[in-house]
Amino acid sequence: MALTQEKQREMLRIMQTIRRFEERASDDYRAGDIYGVVHCYIGEEAVATGVCAALNPDDQIISTHRGHGHCIAKGADLKRMMAELYGRETGYCKGKGGSMHIADFSIGMLGANGIVAGGIPIVTGAGLAAQLEGKGRVAVSFFGDGASNAGPFHESINIAAAWKLPMIYVCENNLYAASTSAASTLAHRDVAARAAGYDIPGVVVDGNDVMEVYDATQEAVARARNSEGPSLIECKTYRWRGHTERVGGADPRPQSEIRAWQERDPIERFVAGLMDQGCITQEAWQEMDEDILAEIEESVQFAIESPFPDLEAAVEDVFAE
Amino acid sequence: MRKISYAQAGMEALVEEMRRDPKTFHLSTDAPDALVEEFGSERVRATPIAEGALTGIAVGAAGSGFRPIINWSMVTFSFVAMDQIVNQAAKIHYMFGGQVKFPITFRTSVGGGRRVAAQHSQSPYSMFMNLAGLKMILPSTPYDMKGLLKTVIRDDNPVISFESNRLMDFAGEVPEEPYTVPLGKADIKREGTDITIVALAWLVHEALAAAEVLDKEGVSVEVLDPRTLVPLDCDAIRAAVQKTGRLVIADEAGPTAGASAEIAAVATEDAETFAKMKAPVKRVCALHVPIPYTPQLEDHVFPDRDNIVAGVREVMDV
Ligand SMILES: Cc1ncc(C[n+]2csc(CCOP(=O)(O)OP(=O)(O)O)c2C)c(N)n1
Ligand SMILES: [Mg+2]
Repeated sequence: MALTQEKQREMLRIMQTIRRFEERASDDYRAGDIYGVVHCYIGEEAVATGVCAALNPDDQIISTHRGHGHCIAKGADLKRMMAELYGRETGYCKGKGGSMHIADFSIGMLGANGIVAGGIPIVTGAGLAAQLEGKGRVAVSFFGDGASNAGPFHESINIAAAWKLPMIYVCENNLYAASTSAASTLAHRDVAARAAGYDIPGVVVDGNDVMEVYDATQEAVARARNSEGPSLIECKTYRWRGHTERVGGADPRPQSEIRAWQERDPIERFVAGLMDQGCITQEAWQEMDEDILAEIEESVQFAIESPFPDLEAAVEDVFAE
Repeated sequence: MRKISYAQAGMEALVEEMRRDPKTFHLSTDAPDALVEEFGSERVRATPIAEGALTGIAVGAAGSGFRPIINWSMVTFSFVAMDQIVNQAAKIHYMFGGQVKFPITFRTSVGGGRRVAAQHSQSPYSMFMNLAGLKMILPSTPYDMKGLLKTVIRDDNPVISFESNRLMDFAGEVPEEPYTVPLGKADIKREGTDITIVALAWLVHEALAAAEVLDKEGVSVEVLDPRTLVPLDCDAIRAAVQKTGRLVIADEAGPTAGASAEIAAVATEDAETFAKMKAPVKRVCALHVPIPYTPQLEDHVFPDRDNIVAGVREVMDV
């Protein structure tokens, strides 16, 4: 682990920002200020953070319906994210997309997506563009265990392997797709095992260990930049909250299972390790958290003070001008 | 009479028909608990997220003597199964010369109003109407939901049940005694003499509310609910328009090549109906855009009772 202390503190900051952002999004959703549907990433912060820490700013990622964490890890502006959730004109998508559709192409975040597995071919197209340009850029597909059973996953990864595209496929295996368990839908318990069928590397990592995720991604990125083709990384992790923030949604997961995973809190584990190494003190950690909370409060204020879009906006942007 | 919700009415239809016919089975990405409890996890399966395969599996099992019921959940997800719907399910009976039957029920939810943006707020039934070989229903009440869905499950063809998101909690009278509602029979939800509103799904209720407002202005409004889109009750639509001489069509989908366009054509291409028309047809539909997330924009894009009232006044003023 050749990471500077500063970089590690930065990773901690990102993980905690994701957690605090999600807590606030959930509260404000329940209060009725955020509409529709919100899928929280709490418990899975190490995956987005560890992967994006191994990328360059011009590398590209694509997200899922559970997208806030990926946005933050790639460097999205919290204000514009919150404004989008609040449905305001200043939001990333001018209030037209909401939680499931935040994108920031300027930082290589090609969008959250409401269709399970819908993003996988799209980001593979970004991988093809990177290969054609030949500047060493890579592209990363985030997707769930549920998505790994859908055709677009298999079709895309096969093409990427056949064409040696500079791709990293990152499966966030949180053991459930909505209320259906991976145990009941995956023929092989490890998604990574499928890599063999495409003749590419496939590894299983502890998705609640940000350094393990980072190391695996580093290796895959090096391969991709070196024109050796795609890799598949499966991160075993868990979401702490229900599938969505909608109150009253069914959650068949046993309490004991949820508790067991909460005991493996990716943030607590990372902080503890950093403290052991003398990389951060208790006081500095507390200060960091207060900073983050203040930043999130600021993003909410920005959202609240921003106007809703004018009605004319409804018919704009159907086509590019 | 007892009242139950639109969603409960659908579940009752499923339970009754699954009891009645052991060849039925149910596939969806989240298995409904009530069905699993009664029928077991062999007949009621939670599947991987693979709608294309599910749809094809339904076609194959149907052609092999079973009567599958598939729930795509939101119609959004049916789009990943388009090959199996369009190229396979819709054509297979005809293409193979009618050798075997393909009795399949596809359930799916449509419509907006839930602030879930473009991908999750769609009403694309006309895309499917455009295919030959699929029947489809679009119930607006719990009574129709239960009665139609039971008919659909017994039908020997692939049938899509489009179910309105906005009506899931809507309660209405449903008898305890068994009954069915036939396909291809419209229902006059309100009698009137000045103008006919043909309304679909949620907009049936908006049209009924609009009719109350218009009644106070001295306009007598008839509200016709086709209930099934394929087959479409052309006779009932024409008869209603011949009676009033005026037609407004209200649909939550966009107007372009929509069910509303088909209904307008059904009325106006009939010489007898056309001869009795006193004004041009008016369509009250969504704006032709993907559905935006933020509430003000979403409400602006979708038609409601106010738009229907305005549409009726416009036609009455001609
Ligand atoms: C094609 C498609 N089918 C169904 C859905 C409904 N749906 C939304 S999220 C979800 C579960 C996804 O599970 P997974 O890929 O494991 O991601 P997770 O939610 O666990 O992060 C389902 C079934 C969808 N959005 N798209
Ligand atoms: Mg999952």
